Amino acid sequence: MEGLTKAYPGVVANSDVSFRIRPGEVHALLGENGAGKSTLVKMIYGLVKPDSGWMSLRGQDYAPAEPSVARSLGVAMVFQHFSLFDALSVAENVALGMEAPPKLRELAARIRKVSQDYGLPLDPDRMVGDLSAGERQRVEIIRCLLQDPKLLIMDEPTSVLTPQEVDILFQTLRQLAREGTAILYISHKLEEIRSLCDEATILRRGKVVATCTPREKTARELAELMVGTVLTPPERSAKPKGDVALEVTGLSVASPIPFGTALKNVAFTVRKGEVLGIAGVAGNGQDELLLALNGELRTSPSAVKIAGVPVGAAGPIQRRKAGMVSAPEERLGHAAAPDMSLVENALLSGSVRKGLTKSGFIDWAGARRFAEGIVQQFDVRTPGTDVAARSLSGGNLQKFVVGRELSQAPTVIVINQPTWGVDASAAASIRQAIIDRAADGAAVVVISQDLDELLEIADSFAALNEGRLTAPRPTQGLTMDQIGLMMGGAHGMEVAHAEA
Amino acid sequence: MLRLEKRASPSRAWGMATPLLAVVLTMIAGGIMFAILGKNPVEAIRTIFWDPLFNPQFAAYSRPQLLVKAGPLILIAVGLSLGFRAGIWNIGAEGQYIVGAITGAAVGLAFYPTEAWFIFPLMVISGAIGGLLWAMIPAVLRTAFRTNEILVSLLLVYVAQSLLSSMALGALRNPQGGGFPGSRNLSQYPAAANPELIAGTGMHWGVVAAFIAVIFAYILLQRHMLGFSIRLAGQAPRAARYAGVSPTRLVILCLGISGALAGLAGLFEVSGPAGQISIDFASGYGFTAIIVAFLGRLNPVGILLAGLLMALTYIGGELAQFMLGLPAAAIQAFQGMLLFFLLAVDLLSNYRIRLGGAK
Repeated sequence: MEGLTKAYPGVVANSDVSFRIRPGEVHALLGENGAGKSTLVKMIYGLVKPDSGWMSLRGQDYAPAEPSVARSLGVAMVFQHFSLFDALSVAENVALGMEAPPKLRELAARIRKVSQDYGLPLDPDRMVGDLSAGERQRVEIIRCLLQDPKLLIMDEPTSVLTPQEVDILFQTLRQLAREGTAILYISHKLEEIRSLCDEATILRRGKVVATCTPREKTARELAELMVGTVLTPPERSAKPKGDVALEVTGLSVASPIPFGTALKNVAFTVRKGEVLGIAGVAGNGQDELLLALNGELRTSPSAVKIAGVPVGAAGPIQRRKAGMVSAPEERLGHAAAPDMSLVENALLSGSVRKGLTKSGFIDWAGARRFAEGIVQQFDVRTPGTDVAARSLSGGNLQKFVVGRELSQAPTVIVINQPTWGVDASAAASIRQAIIDRAADGAAVVVISQDLDELLEIADSFAALNEGRLTAPRPTQGLTMDQIGLMMGGAHGMEVAHAEA
Repeated sequence: MLRLEKRASPSRAWGMATPLLAVVLTMIAGGIMFAILGKNPVEAIRTIFWDPLFNPQFAAYSRPQLLVKAGPLILIAVGLSLGFRAGIWNIGAEGQYIVGAITGAAVGLAFYPTEAWFIFPLMVISGAIGGLLWAMIPAVLRTAFRTNEILVSLLLVYVAQSLLSSMALGALRNPQGGGFPGSRNLSQYPAAANPELIAGTGMHWGVVAAFIAVIFAYILLQRHMLGFSIRLAGQAPRAARYAGVSPTRLVILCLGISGALAGLAGLFEVSGPAGQISIDFASGYGFTAIIVAFLGRLNPVGILLAGLLMALTYIGGELAQFMLGLPAAAIQAFQGMLLFFLLAVDLLSNYRIRLGGAK
């Protein structure tokens, strides 16, 4: 493809982007959030039309009007977010994505065959709701493989996988490449790209800034190409830890979410000044753990204790009074009300600890000062504090939400996915802010799917697997293998590539 | 080609302008409808909107009617708007209005013919409690058994109407009424009457209560944490739980407040303009108030204006019926248009219209 440009009102998402992929090549598309990777692949997949430039596929002019055209020409895509129905079986889900699905029994046989050929074991009769995230991704991949694609696009495929599952996926992708399929691999995880990809195109602010062979560069060089500046990792404090600030014992609770994961006998303690990192593949009880900790989900009183005081049966307001703040993963709709202004959203969780109400009456001037303080301190890019939360970009809203919680002089901090969708420099400043609060004596629980992030900031490390939490271990000295096993290994799929 | 584009933030200017735009559009479309019916559209519109207030011939009668009709509409609509904002749909204000009238009137009639200052205040309290308890039925069923408050509150209207008939024919029937259905006339029993406070204005205690409710609701929504919780629960239920708002408490509170205000409206009506419990006492205020609440964009000040406008179209509509011979259905269609246009142009506060067909 040559000179592709796509402009949206206000931003140019892609400007004059050109690159080429040969059959059998694994090509990396590397860039921060907002660099224009998604827009680019949407153009290739026919979801968005380019404003200028042209593409060609195997020597033919290629301008797909819609995804079905792209699919019929041999372009397949595995999205970051799965589009599967929990209440249907694997085969039914695959059939739904096809233009002219064969009989279910025939399809099931083909699914079995493809899954064996590529070392991706999958039972076509199982309900998708019962599958792990790695297995769901397998459904999406097999759905693509059934079309016998010439070009396979993978959008951030490893964000939901354990290290062992990543290995299996990579073996499959390498096998596909050997058979001549071109693979466009989108990621911001540098080590993966170095181990998997033959070529890399690096995007920054919609432009190609470099093309390179990833194996010849260090991860650090790639990161600096991607971000454009020199990154400084956050500094950890070496202060001794204090008393136990948060104690969780025998926490078992059913999930309020359909097809959610119940928590089973979760137990851990966090000391003042300690950062506990909780890893785990998405959907293993992270959301439920956050709800149980911040009081949206009630349990028996002694299951959760803040500074020794049982709060398991108390609601969010009492827990905030006791010193706990929390930031859920879903920013819009859960951590913030989309249609309310930033001032109102500052009041949303700040009213208790910032004393923004007097006998129930709201101190709007105080709430405005609080909101303006967050915007300034955490570098939230917004025209003002009166705009609706939904008008902020994801990264900016994340900075606002995390800033709001960290600005409340908390003694216990619980954050799910603190830097999800935030660009690298903002992520670094959020991580630094979290570590600073810990250095001031706060106990911090960080739930994240980004292992690098956890290893960077956490003092101790535990993993959630199907609602169970492993015993926390000191982060220092942990190997990737040990972490992978804590996260549940590869769900019994290690043998898949034994003969390959 | 026209297409809609979502605004980054809801436009305040359009939020204020859309009700006015809706009224203008209704006048145009209504005028066309009246013209098709063979009436002079300008005259018809003038009869509906102008004559009730300023025509020297009718204004003396119809001008006081404006407040008499608007009072209960505003009082009920203010209560409903709180629940609507929180996503709690009390459709049964009519039932709460009837039950408030019955309990209030019953207290007054129990004291007949004693003359004492405390009787009317006592009736006011019991009217509010009657409406509140009637609203507690859907509230408790929803919080305890997760029933749908829309259905339960609506169906309880029909129960209340049967209760009203039974009261008018039985327990509350005037013993000196010669067997006719209907209670004693409360407006002729000074200790229990809700008279016109300033002659020729239609102002009675119910109208005073409506104004107080508007001010109270305005402060609640703008300045109080409870009002904030109500708005939050309506806009983002999960964020409300995160903020620590208890859904159960909110359901009880919102249905309780709207029920009590509807009950009050019923009591002021039965002791004033209506005068007695009769079979045909229920006049649909509880349902019309739903329209008023949305016409006023669930904003207390907006509801005040919408209540007055709605009352005006009722009075003007009646006037147009006997002055111009317009059919009653045409007047109802005209009122329906008002709601239709209001909901249609409401889109403009969240979206802007763009020309051009690009994706």
